[in-house]
Amino acid sequence: MKIAVTGLNATDNPGPGVPVIRSLKHANEFQTRIIGLVYDSLDPGIYMEGLVEKSYMIPYPSGGLEPLLARIEQIHKKENLDLIIPTLDSELYGFVKLQPKLNQMKIKLFLPTLEQLNIRAKDNLFKFCERNEIKVPKNLLVGSLHDLYSQSSKIKYPAVVKGIFYDAYIVNNFDETQHAFNKLSTKWGYPIIIQEYLKGDEFNVVGLGDGTGRTVGAVSMRKLYITDKGKGWAGVTIDDKTLIDLSKKIIEKTKWKSGLELEFIKSTETGEYFLLEINPRFPAWVYLAPSAGQNLPYALVKLAFGETVETFSSFKVGTIFVRSSWDLITDIKVFEQIAALGEISV
Amino acid sequence: MNNFVIPENIAISESGFLFLAGTGETFTLNQIGKEILNLIRTKSSEEEIINSIVDDYDIDRATAHKDFADFIAQLKQFSILKAE
Repeated sequence: MKIAVTGLNATDNPGPGVPVIRSLKHANEFQTRIIGLVYDSLDPGIYMEGLVEKSYMIPYPSGGLEPLLARIEQIHKKENLDLIIPTLDSELYGFVKLQPKLNQMKIKLFLPTLEQLNIRAKDNLFKFCERNEIKVPKNLLVGSLHDLYSQSSKIKYPAVVKGIFYDAYIVNNFDETQHAFNKLSTKWGYPIIIQEYLKGDEFNVVGLGDGTGRTVGAVSMRKLYITDKGKGWAGVTIDDKTLIDLSKKIIEKTKWKSGLELEFIKSTETGEYFLLEINPRFPAWVYLAPSAGQNLPYALVKLAFGETVETFSSFKVGTIFVRSSWDLITDIKVFEQIAALGEISV
Repeated sequence: MNNFVIPENIAISESGFLFLAGTGETFTLNQIGKEILNLIRTKSSEEEIINSIVDDYDIDRATAHKDFADFIAQLKQFSILKAE
């Protein structure tokens, strides 16, 4: 059996590919060979010893799905892939659209549906939460500069101005709002989301849904160290039934299929959890889950192959991850293989 | 007998290291903090705790009372302690 995994960019803004592969290797009975699919010849996962058997460069989905499909076909001829696990937000829409063709090629995927991806899009999340009585910060969608002016009286400060895909700024007055609005609309387009600012601590949950509404597993974590990019560099598993129950409710209501990360804020004022985001894939800290007793990536593989997977009922509270920076040394001849030929065996 | 309750999901190690399993927060108590928390756990009364502090440390009763009250307020603020 061969599984291809994307997102080997274990950088300061890490993709989840490396921890997903580490999780798979964590499973004792796992005998599969792993292929890396990479977008950059310097993705650190390519050079990690014992991680992947081989890596192939693939084109960005934003460059069109045809070149991506053609490249996968090429790789498939050599490798005979059984499953692809895409791990990056930006490639999920593309892989969901390619799914029928990949399935015809006998390559399995275990992905959310387009409808599910759309629910979690930042502009739709508010409506979903309201419908299902899940607390979420109040949102204002702004589609143009004119819109911003006409809705300015509704904004209460401080507020959070968010781009449709990424980036957020905390603003304290209309001048700052306008500045953030211009920056975000230039970079990410419309709409811009202006969100109620909630004071509190952030909590995250990694989960796996089987597509029927069942939560196969869920592990909650609090970040102990956050980088200036807002990435968790250390974290600890925590025991909070309310948080896990809320996560199960979200998976049930969306009938989520695949891995996901839920981001919450616990209001200092009321102690209630507010859902900030649903990330439609495993997070870069997913290796904490098997380390705490729930191998969610391995469970995903089993589900993809149609195997029965039992529901995880607990995990070890107080399990900590601390990310590290580690220089990998290689030779220019090795780099040449991936940079010039687009594939490499390590 | 005291009216304080240490929530169940707080792990206290012998070294005085506290882990709040519900929030992931950690704290380290010094020697006297550890002793007070242990006395609270064994349900010693407030007076018994103050007596123990005055006996073991070079401190007058009034100051011990005040410092004890401050410490309890801090523990409550961090949800390490709640009233029964």
